[in-house]
Parts: sequence; C-alpha cells; structure tokens
Amino acid sequence: MATPQAIRPTQINVPIETESVKASPMAKLKIRNLNFYYGSFQALHDIDMAIQPNKITAFIGPSGCGKSTFLRTMNRMNETVRNTKVEGELLLDDENLLTMDVTNVRRRVGMVFQKSNPFPKSIFDNVAYGLHVNGIRKKSVIEDAVQRSLEHAALWTEVKDTLNRPASALSGGQQQRLCIARALAVEPEVLLLDEPCSALDPIATLKIEELLFQIKNLTTIVIVTHNMQQAARLADSTGFFLLGKLIEFNDTRKIFQNPGKKETEDYVTGRFG
Amino acid sequence: MATSTLSQQDSRLAVHSLFKRARGGDEIAYLLTLASAVGILVIVGLIVVELWINSQPTVHRFGFSFLTGTRWDPNGDHFGALPFIYGTCVTSLLALLIAVPFGVAASIFLAEMAPPGISNVLTFLIELLAAVPSVIYGLIGIFVLVPFNRDYLVPVLTHLFGYLPIFKGDFYGVSFLSAGLVLSVMVVPFIVSVSREVLLAVPREQREASLALGTTKWETTWQIVIPNASTGIIGSIFLALARALGETMAVTMVIGNTPKITASLLSPGYSIAAVIANEFAEASGSLYVSSLIFLGLVLFGLTIVINALARIFVITTQRRGS
Ligand SMILES: Nc1ncnc2c1ncn2[C@@H]1O[C@H](COP(=O)(O)OP(=O)(O)O)[C@@H](O)[C@H]1O
Ligand SMILES: [Mg+2]
Repeated sequence: MATPQAIRPTQINVPIETESVKASPMAKLKIRNLNFYYGSFQALHDIDMAIQPNKITAFIGPSGCGKSTFLRTMNRMNETVRNTKVEGELLLDDENLLTMDVTNVRRRVGMVFQKSNPFPKSIFDNVAYGLHVNGIRKKSVIEDAVQRSLEHAALWTEVKDTLNRPASALSGGQQQRLCIARALAVEPEVLLLDEPCSALDPIATLKIEELLFQIKNLTTIVIVTHNMQQAARLADSTGFFLLGKLIEFNDTRKIFQNPGKKETEDYVTGRFG
Repeated sequence: MATSTLSQQDSRLAVHSLFKRARGGDEIAYLLTLASAVGILVIVGLIVVELWINSQPTVHRFGFSFLTGTRWDPNGDHFGALPFIYGTCVTSLLALLIAVPFGVAASIFLAEMAPPGISNVLTFLIELLAAVPSVIYGLIGIFVLVPFNRDYLVPVLTHLFGYLPIFKGDFYGVSFLSAGLVLSVMVVPFIVSVSREVLLAVPREQREASLALGTTKWETTWQIVIPNASTGIIGSIFLALARALGETMAVTMVIGNTPKITASLLSPGYSIAAVIANEFAEASGSLYVSSLIFLGLVLFGLTIVINALARIFVITTQRRGS
C-alpha cells in the first residue's frame, strides 16, 4: 500500500544525511520527525531513521539516552505506559504504524526484552502461545512451528527431549533463547531486542549473537546494546543516541572507525563517562 | 564498701556484654522468633486438648457415630452432629458458588481494566464490606434479603428449576439459601481485595511479553495474568471459605435454626457455629455441654482440613506451573 508520503523523495528537516536514510525507499521501517514524551518530559527529539530489511541495526549510547524508548515506539509498547505521547511518523512497509491495529503491529514487529521473561508454562507452550492466540489450532502446524522456532533460536537440540518441562528450569541463556523462539514463532517481520544479553555470561551472549546472525535472512533485526563490541561484531548499521537525540546513524564500520561526530568518537573510544 | 563497688562493676560488665551480644542480634532474634512460633503452636495445641478433654462424655457415649448421627434431641439425651456439619458445608459452598465468580470478576475489573483512581475508590468501598459487623448482615438478611427472596427470587427459581430437588418444597424465608446469600456478600471482600492485590503483583514483564506477540489486552489478562495469579486467587477463595465456615451471628439469624438434613436449599437448617452460640448458655447436663464442645472441635477440624487441602492444592499447582 503505497501512501503519498512513501514516495516523497527527501525530507526537509533531516538533521543528518546518512547513506541509510538516503536508501529509504526500500527500508522496512521509516521513522520521521519522531518525538516522544513521558508526561511533560521529552525522551526523544526529532528522530529520523530508515531501517533496512534483513539487516541488523544496533543502537548504542549511554543509559537513559532513550534507546529503549525508541525501540518501544516501534511496536507501540510505550502505549501501555500511562501519560505518554508520540509525534511524528512511523512507517512499516510504507504503512502508518501509528494508525494500524496495534495487535497487528505487534504481531509483525516482535520484541525480546532485557530480562528473559518466559511464561510459567512448559517450554513447548511458551513457544506455541503466540500461535494459539493468533488462532492456529492445528496440532501438526503448531508442532512444526515450535520446532522451527526453537531451531532458529539455537535451542532445539538442547530441549527437544524436555519440551514439557517448565521453562523456569532452563538456564538464563536458554531462557533468553526461548524468548527469542517465542517471538520468532509468529514470524515477525521485524524483531526488536532490548539489551538481550545484558544479564548473560560471555558464552551465552556469543550463542545469541550467532543465532541473530543466522536469522537475519528471516527477519529484520533491531538491537539495543550497551556493549559496543557486540554492536561492532553484529550490526550492519549502528545508531548512536545521546540525551534523546540520534547523534549519528551510519554503517557500523564507519561509526566505529571513522565517526562523523565528535560525540560519537568520544563515546566509541571510551572517552565518554 | 570495696566489695560492693566491685560487684556493681561486675553487673555493669555483665550488662555491657549482654548488649554487645545483642548488637550481634542473631541469637536474640532467633530465640524471640522461635519463642513466638512455639507459643502459637502451644496455644493451638492447648485449644485442641482442652476441647478434646471436655468432649469426653460425648466421645464415650456416641463415639464416631456422633459425627454421622442425624438426631439432635437434648431432651432425650441424644446427640448427632450431621445436620450441623451439613448446614455448615451447604451454606459455605453456596456462598462460595456465588461469591467466587463475582469476586474474581470484580478483582479482574479492578486490577486490569478500571482506571487506577476509580479502582482504588471501589476497592476501598468493597473492603468496607468486610468491616461491617456480622450482626448488621443478619439484620439486613432478615429485613431485606428474606422478603426479597420470598417475593422475587424464590418464585423465579421454583418456576425455572422447580424440578430440581434443591429447589423443591415450601419457602418460609429463613433457609440454607438465605444464609448462603448473606454469607456470599460477607466473603466477597476477602476474595476481591486479595485477588486484586495478586493480579496487580503480576510482573509487567509478563504482560509485555504477551502483548508483544500481538495479543489483545483481554487475551493477555485471561491467558497470562490470571494464570500467573491463580495461586493467590485460590488462596483468597480458601480464606473466604474459612470465614464462611466459622461465621456465626449472621447465619444464625437467617438459617432457621432447625437441625434437619434436606436436599432443598429452600428449607431451614442449622450450622455448627450457630448451634454452639444458641444453645451453649442454656445447655444443661454434661452430655449436652460436651456434645456442643465436640461440635466445636469438629468445626476446628473442618477448617484445618480445608486449610491443609488449600495448602496442598497451592503447592501442587505451583510445581506444575513454574
Ligand atoms: N516509564 C517512564 N516514565 C517516565 N520517564 C521514563 C520512563 N521510562 C524511561 N523514562 C525516561 O526516559 C529517558 C530514556 O529512557 P530509556 O529509553 O529507558 O533509556 P535507555 O534505554 O537508553 O537507557 C530516561 O531519562 C528515563 O528516565
Ligand atoms: Mg534501556
């Protein structure tokens, strides 16, 4: 559904012309002039960004700079917080995400949280939950989807014999991979991850990075991380946030090796607090 | 003179070292808490022992058949407890049957749907119901509920379900039905306030995880929030049941105080707590008194068994769930 905005060639008030934004006609998600408020506090200022399909996009920046807030506007999870306001434009495949049915948005834009949050159900039921509520009843279809999702989340071999055990019996890293499998089961077009490895040890972290790399061809990945090495290893593009502003957004290599802004350089070289 | 200052010093030293120990705190805290725990157990034990000793005449005379006996005839010195056990169970279960759906639904509304301001005001009002003295409930039962039942509810029930044994027979107002209805209003606040708390305590992460899969708010409430809170909700139901089993004043005012076992809820009956309260003062003869005391022990046992069942239920569901 091509809306008039979608083919508008350039925006007037784009603060930084980056390659990613220029390539916006084929972007999966387009964000224009996004402002976000918690009550009277403005958490995001004039964000413009285009997120490319089947790529990994990372957000870095000091804590409190609005990375989570930005991520949570993309699946409208912030609407569950009272007294918030969003301004601007969010397009998912050129469709206005803010006026779409919210359950439809969230089914298409999945999310994995900082703290793994499996349901108090079995491993199988955790992954099958999203299929159930989306009306899929056929047992064989569900079983296939559960297996496929667990395989994509690099968890299948570890749990295939214990699918009926409670999810809480899994280790922290396994629980987080289960949450990824749960999100993948409904085949989201975009997968948002908010510091998914911040509570995990390096080996568990590496496993998740590997699987994210593997599922790039299935979905578009947006990941918030406080770990700059992780962004450098994983991401195709990286955005640097500071105090609610997108300071710089570019190819990951450019951000880390040849940043265009002084603030970015200070942050990625560790000179920033 | 010298010795006395010395001993004074000694005692000061002793006090000093005691405080030093106390600052460590562990042993003292351990002893105090242990003493409290043991003290409570001792009191419970003493109640049971005392009830048991004082019910010996009845135990010797009737033995186990006291529990299954259906005749309560103080003049003929014959005592059977079953009509009271029956009345207590029927009124309590009826109360739960009505209070649980309403209470749980109300708590879901208050925790998940109502705006916080409205929810707090409504919860406060509902919790006020728990503070109303039970004799007031009895009065409302007599002057409002009984006439209402007679004029409206029972005609409708007998018209629709008159073929069921539980709605057969004449209705004079005081009855199992009226007692159960009064009890249901009395126990609803327990269900609402505890269930609301446990629903509110379900972590935000659980709700967001579900919403993020494209579920509606109601699907999330029904499939994730309520199962997360189910243990606490069941706990609140058992709390309500314990309250209903022991309720005395309101029940005795509307149940009819007739020691009979009938299938019909429209008939008058009696409950354990009510018969103890009504007949203890005028009980003559040691067998009469001891039978009432034994009834007290039965009520005590009933609540303990129900609490134990609740505990087991909660533990097994927890193990299955998470
Ligand atoms: N629910 C909320 N209510 C009010 N302010 C919030 C809320 N969540 C976050 N904020 C504020 O918004 C800013 C951005 O927060 P956040 O997006 O969580 O940052 P980050 O994820 O980069 O650490 C912070 O100043 C934070 O205090
Ligand atoms: Mg954050």
